[in-house]
Amino acid sequence: MSVIAPNFKFSEFVKSILDNIFWILLIFVLIGLPAVFIILFYIEMPVINGELLTPFLALTWLADPSRTLPILKAFMTTDLFRIAAFPGFGFAALLAAGTIFIERKMLAKLQLRVGPFYCGKIEGILQLMGDGLKLISKEIIIPAKADKPIFWAAPIIFVATAAAFVALIPVAPGWVVADVDVGLLAVFAIIGFFPIITILSAWSSNSKFPFIGGIRALHQMVSFEIPLILSLLGVVILTGTLNLSEIVASQTNFPWIIFLPIGAIIFFITILAELERIPFDLPEAESEIVAGWLTEFSGMIYGLVQLGTYLKLYAFAALFVVLFLGGWTGPMIWPPFPEEIITDGIVIGPIHAKIPGLPVFSQEMLNGVLWFVIKTVGVIFFILLPRGVFPRIRIDMLLSLGWYKLIGLAFVNIFIALGLLYAGVLGPGGIL
Amino acid sequence: MNKELPPGLALQKVDERIMTLNVGPQHPGSGHMRIIVQIDGDFIVACDPDPGYVHRGEEKMAEYRNYITNIPHLERPVIHDSCNVLYPYVLGVEELLGIEVPERAKYIRVIASELNRCVYTMYWLAIYGIFLGHSTMFMWPAGDRELLIDLLEKMTGARVTHAHFVPGGVRNDLPPNFEDVCLRQVNYFEKRIKEYAAIFYDNPILIARTANTGVLSREDAIRLGTTGSVLRASGVDYDLRKKEPYDVYDELDFQTNVLKEGDSYARSKIPWLDMMESCRIIRHALQKMPKSGSVRVKLKPNPKGGDASVYKRVESGRGSLGCYIVSDKKPEPYRVKLSVGSFRNLIALPYLLKGEKLGNMPSVYWSLNYWPVEADR
Repeated sequence: MSVIAPNFKFSEFVKSILDNIFWILLIFVLIGLPAVFIILFYIEMPVINGELLTPFLALTWLADPSRTLPILKAFMTTDLFRIAAFPGFGFAALLAAGTIFIERKMLAKLQLRVGPFYCGKIEGILQLMGDGLKLISKEIIIPAKADKPIFWAAPIIFVATAAAFVALIPVAPGWVVADVDVGLLAVFAIIGFFPIITILSAWSSNSKFPFIGGIRALHQMVSFEIPLILSLLGVVILTGTLNLSEIVASQTNFPWIIFLPIGAIIFFITILAELERIPFDLPEAESEIVAGWLTEFSGMIYGLVQLGTYLKLYAFAALFVVLFLGGWTGPMIWPPFPEEIITDGIVIGPIHAKIPGLPVFSQEMLNGVLWFVIKTVGVIFFILLPRGVFPRIRIDMLLSLGWYKLIGLAFVNIFIALGLLYAGVLGPGGIL
Repeated sequence: MNKELPPGLALQKVDERIMTLNVGPQHPGSGHMRIIVQIDGDFIVACDPDPGYVHRGEEKMAEYRNYITNIPHLERPVIHDSCNVLYPYVLGVEELLGIEVPERAKYIRVIASELNRCVYTMYWLAIYGIFLGHSTMFMWPAGDRELLIDLLEKMTGARVTHAHFVPGGVRNDLPPNFEDVCLRQVNYFEKRIKEYAAIFYDNPILIARTANTGVLSREDAIRLGTTGSVLRASGVDYDLRKKEPYDVYDELDFQTNVLKEGDSYARSKIPWLDMMESCRIIRHALQKMPKSGSVRVKLKPNPKGGDASVYKRVESGRGSLGCYIVSDKKPEPYRVKLSVGSFRNLIALPYLLKGEKLGNMPSVYWSLNYWPVEADR
């Protein structure tokens, strides 16, 4: 093992901190404190011991563990927490990072390789972090003839759109960032944005290979959007709602994949195409057009596009789980909390501070999240698997698949759903 | 007042629909060369292969070295197939100097060249896999190739550039117990390459993608002068090991694989079928090989050829590989000319790619069993 800093001495480290103490304090005061205050302003302050907390009082209380936890608990009910951490970006990014790791190790096992091994000691678990650091430290090269504002903006818009997609996914009962009644329509709208961003970034780089890649991506995404939308109509017909949380709630007895297997298969194939995964990775076909529309991206811009791609992968897999596999529903396997924790609270170490009100998450919610994650990881596994098995297909084969076969099958799926509805088996007022 | 320009310098009329792509030399799908492709939408209207980026002047260098010191550098054009590249040169020098090769050396040469053909074909197959976006087909052949490389390392001491064939035999004898190890590894190798059918050659997407693309008819294949697997995939039963047997190939039991289709799929399948025949040849040669005896005739130091010329050719991994040697009573050859299969197969590329889709370019290009470094020499 190589040593990163061979001449490291603790005394010099302390000395360097003392040298820079002015800047550390300045940065803490100018950036750290305002950040804490912004978070505290977002929180609806709880009433503790009969007095309403102000942010200033709350800041002083952060040093006391018995008073910190109620504040944290209050923070967890805010929108900021939902957007940034749990059902939103942080949770999705964590799952996306796990996806990259699973993809590398699984593909390596399939191809009789080892895969990432050294970075992080345990099976190369920190390889992704190393890759991220490498991308951040690299120079961002922008082609001289590129349309610079759009070239800069496209990856950021890409990540933002993928994150907006993530925001619509319900993870557990009541745990969704944006619980809109037209949830599925919003999903279609967001999916419609991706080809635009792709062609923008491809065109703005002003280069031949990205241009061809962008045109291919446009063909592929636009023509696969139609079977994608049609394949989901069956679910909408049977549930009678567009709200994703209500669609999940309608699957407490059975998931829709039992009655609509054709729709599920079509949706799975179309998400492979929308995600540009092998065998549909034509927009990034390496041996033909270098890296397609990603050719001119370098450094962290490329990293942002990859982050967006994997967020999108997670979001599509989660959408499959929500629509066809029953989302968070599943038998209760999470162990119940001990009685005294719920009523009396827990005792923290030597301070003997009793903290009431724990746990912050209910048992149903944790069980739902567990089922959701298990199902999503399963779907992600099947999305990754074709990469080791199939070669890439050609654009004419892709288009004929999308326009002839999938759309035809999608109509068959809709007729099945309508038949089930009119026979009175399923749907609103059905016998099941 | 337009001056009449010579034909090569005349400006071409630019069609706005046509886009010119420089595929290579810095491109993941080109190898050490450039293919200038003109596309109209997704269709290729013209294609101009442009080799020459790795020209090393092997033929000129051969004029300044004597017959023995030429050996290590003449195998450089295709280091993965170094025994076969060296084979015609060694055969030619033996004829010039009038040397009779011992029987055991001939068998060792056949075994080494068949092992080397498999090593080359596995490398070629790995790149064919990754060109089609099939990453498993890149990793498996690249890993299974190690079996044979280990065998060749035991035989010759080097992993890729063996310099094993010398005029008068082979450089050194087989190590003890080589026959058993070789038989075991080759049997396992054959079992492994048969598994490729399930993941690659019988893959419906692969067949749909490469069948009926880049079709080279039997007449065109002969007219364009293609050779090796390209010729055999177009229905011409032409294998120098059968037609002009050298060393002991006429005593060994094997057959030539011929397919009639002439498309990319057939062209990619022939080398894979040939590898199984190679395994058969190796097993048979191990059986028939004399168990002991000399492997090399001792040469005089600095041997001189007569005032003569000789042309010898063998079947390499890419087709017929000829070597023309002119000698003028000096220790160095007057001229060495390599006639390589890669360049002759590359000539067919513009004919095949015209009218094809851009997505077919990698599969058609690499199915020609072409090695850029060999074409440049």
